[in-house]
Amino acid sequence: MKRNKIALASAAVLVAGVTVLAGCSSSGSNPKPSADTGNGNTDPKAIITASGSEPENPLIPTNTNEVGGGKILDSIFAGLAYYDGSGKLVNDMADKIEVTAPDELTVTLKKGMKFTDGSDVKADNFIKAWNYGALFSNKQLNQSWFADIEGFNAEADSELTGLKKVSDTEFTIKLTSPVAADFATRLGYSAFYPLPDVAFTDMAKFGENPIGNGPYKLAGDGAWQHDVQIDLVKNPDYKGVRKLANGGLTLKFYTSYDAAYADLLGGNLDVIDSIPDASIATFQSDLGDRAVNQPAAIFQSFTIGEWIEHFSGDEGKLRRAAMSMAIDRESITKTIFNDTRVPATDFTSPALDGYQKSLKGGDALKYDPKEAKKLWAEADKISPWSGKFEIAYNANGPHQAWVEAVANSLKNTLGIDAAGASYVDFATLRAAINAKDADGKRTFKTAARSGWQADYPGVYNFLFPLYSTGASSNDGDYTNPEVDKLLAEGASADTPADSVKKYTQVQEILVKDLPAIPLWYQNSIGGFGESVHNVKFGWNSVPLFEDITKDKTK
Amino acid sequence: MFSYIVRRILQLIPVFLGSTLLIYALVFAMPGDPIAALFGDKQPSQQLLDAIRAQYHLDQPFIVQYYYYMSGLVRGDMGTTFSGQSVNDVLARTLPVTGRLAVLSIGIEFLLSIIVGTFSALRKGKVSDNVALIIALVFLSMPIFVMCFLAQYFLAIQLGWFRPTVGGQNGWGDMWLPAIVLGLSLYATSMRLMRGSVIETMNQDWVRTAYSKGLPQYRVLPVHVIRNSLIPVITNSATNFGVLLVGATVTEFIFNIPGVGNTLFRAILQHEGPTIVSFVTIFVVLYVLVNLLVDLLYGLLDPRIRYV
Repeated sequence: MKRNKIALASAAVLVAGVTVLAGCSSSGSNPKPSADTGNGNTDPKAIITASGSEPENPLIPTNTNEVGGGKILDSIFAGLAYYDGSGKLVNDMADKIEVTAPDELTVTLKKGMKFTDGSDVKADNFIKAWNYGALFSNKQLNQSWFADIEGFNAEADSELTGLKKVSDTEFTIKLTSPVAADFATRLGYSAFYPLPDVAFTDMAKFGENPIGNGPYKLAGDGAWQHDVQIDLVKNPDYKGVRKLANGGLTLKFYTSYDAAYADLLGGNLDVIDSIPDASIATFQSDLGDRAVNQPAAIFQSFTIGEWIEHFSGDEGKLRRAAMSMAIDRESITKTIFNDTRVPATDFTSPALDGYQKSLKGGDALKYDPKEAKKLWAEADKISPWSGKFEIAYNANGPHQAWVEAVANSLKNTLGIDAAGASYVDFATLRAAINAKDADGKRTFKTAARSGWQADYPGVYNFLFPLYSTGASSNDGDYTNPEVDKLLAEGASADTPADSVKKYTQVQEILVKDLPAIPLWYQNSIGGFGESVHNVKFGWNSVPLFEDITKDKTK
Repeated sequence: MFSYIVRRILQLIPVFLGSTLLIYALVFAMPGDPIAALFGDKQPSQQLLDAIRAQYHLDQPFIVQYYYYMSGLVRGDMGTTFSGQSVNDVLARTLPVTGRLAVLSIGIEFLLSIIVGTFSALRKGKVSDNVALIIALVFLSMPIFVMCFLAQYFLAIQLGWFRPTVGGQNGWGDMWLPAIVLGLSLYATSMRLMRGSVIETMNQDWVRTAYSKGLPQYRVLPVHVIRNSLIPVITNSATNFGVLLVGATVTEFIFNIPGVGNTLFRAILQHEGPTIVSFVTIFVVLYVLVNLLVDLLYGLLDPRIRYV
């Protein structure tokens, strides 16, 4: 996930599972749209101020993997495509991105796109930038994003031979595995932004005063005031698809969201993209319709290993379904999370294109104590239940309350002994889950908190690493040849709609097998000031700055 | 006098070496791997991790790392942050901000404690003395972050008298609210010391003499009483300087002031060794220097004190 250091500062809100979040964009389903955008009082030149944090790295797309710098890069750069409000991929610099073979893509660029130094955006700008990011000796933090391109080497310098220039406006991408359709959905991520020729002469200098091709640009040299703020203004030369509704963006850097929230309440800040822990319970009443609370691309669950006694085969399926139906997700999200979580209806997130609100077989994710008891009794007929059910979690994150609540739900409905099992920190928990005995068998004996935060808003990213055989984050050692096959088909399908169809079939299998019990989606929470409107958050919990409007000052 | 100052400054060297070594050891002992943390939850190749570790000498044993740091330091280079900035630049940028905050709050502390302390002493045991005591106790017993949040919420957000945070505009005039809070947190002890000291001085022979030879109070108080009563207050402020630095860190964090404390806090979260060591060392050196300065001030206040 893109690391958010402010969140770390206030309370290490680590999402269980594994990965990395990215890019830019949104879920257009803001439940509380700020209606009065067209009241004629809008100032198109207004500068929006928003909360941010000091970038941890120079502003180079391939070397920024945390939110503070990511927000800036997404504003000043434009990639081949970007993720719109609903998490959908929309071509930006690219005219066409075509899957020409299961392992090959052809990219055609729009003509007349320029960097702010006046140079054209050409195929070479992408090829050189990606090669720079992938080259081992450049030690770029986003190096692994290029791993699927032919010629990549994570251990020594090598050229990405899979990138071939056809003309100034066309290049082809050859991959090492047939995942072209999924690879295309990654192209909105900031690691894939182009760099102007001038960048390669002195990358350190460039990282301080980057020259981009996005809807915003830096307001001159020294616009990045370290530890204070960065001033961005409208880039008049940007001809892509993102339309600016304001004149500029100032990101003020905070080390705590408490300070940012105080500024919002004091009218000193327009937009804040998170809420400090201390104000979670009150921010919706404090801000009224200026509060933002909408699902983000973060999925939370708990995983029960396939090797654990009573949880394999037919008995396992029954017990998993019984547990899933024994959890009262509605009341837990309400009482423990103040409605900043939304009960899960699938294995992905509402912020994605491909999310399923009513999955076939999705009843298994609804609270139904009667049915739960029935299924549990059926399982007891196969082999009577014994022992204690535990859910492991890391105590340094905010998990104890909900783990206990889920355990209580199980206890009350199924009449079994259920409890949380606490581990000191995330690393310790991970080590315990991954521990194996001399025969290579997992030794972990309880269920464990799990979850996923998107690398990029693709359904594949929520399914492949977690449920395909032998995948990096498949903690439950789930294996199902049908799932593997459908995922592979989805990743090499011709159109996004075809991919989603395959992924939905995968989810229909998963909801029967329940390798992990889906719990809820984590929301993007934030707020905005009285004079700004049309504030929506993207799939990655970052506001869609370009759409925000601000009233004229009276 | 001169040899005294030289001796005191020479004493700085072992203090400096000892504190950097100690701090470096503490940073080294911090749990977790800062380089792996740079990648979030993503697992980069081992070779890449090793390469970045080598860049920051994190693959070397402790004493070698310390040697690299010190050898850079004597050449005037305090190292670089993970974002590629020179720690020198970071320090040059943040130190003046914290300096302004410290000067303002010490000013407020002194001014208030001298005025209220003297006033209380003159009305010893009266209602106003007790009221001043109670108010001082409230400030003394409240943790600084509580005061910060209360001031921020009521004075800035509710009443709108100040901006809730400082941020980029951090000139002298922009930092009144944090400076007042920080000053008040230090104020109680100084005020009580001043009061006690004034009461004691008032009983001295020379004060009685001054009054009996007909000097008016506005001459006696500043010249004969307050000046002679200041020594304990100033001693206290020197030992209190450490409290001030801690308070400044908390205040900067809450009011989002881009000073030394806030940057240090961020560096600690990121395990940024060079920044942490340099900043904490600067704190230590400042502390020692302030104590030296205060020792020298005694001579100005009380000519009987001689330095040998």
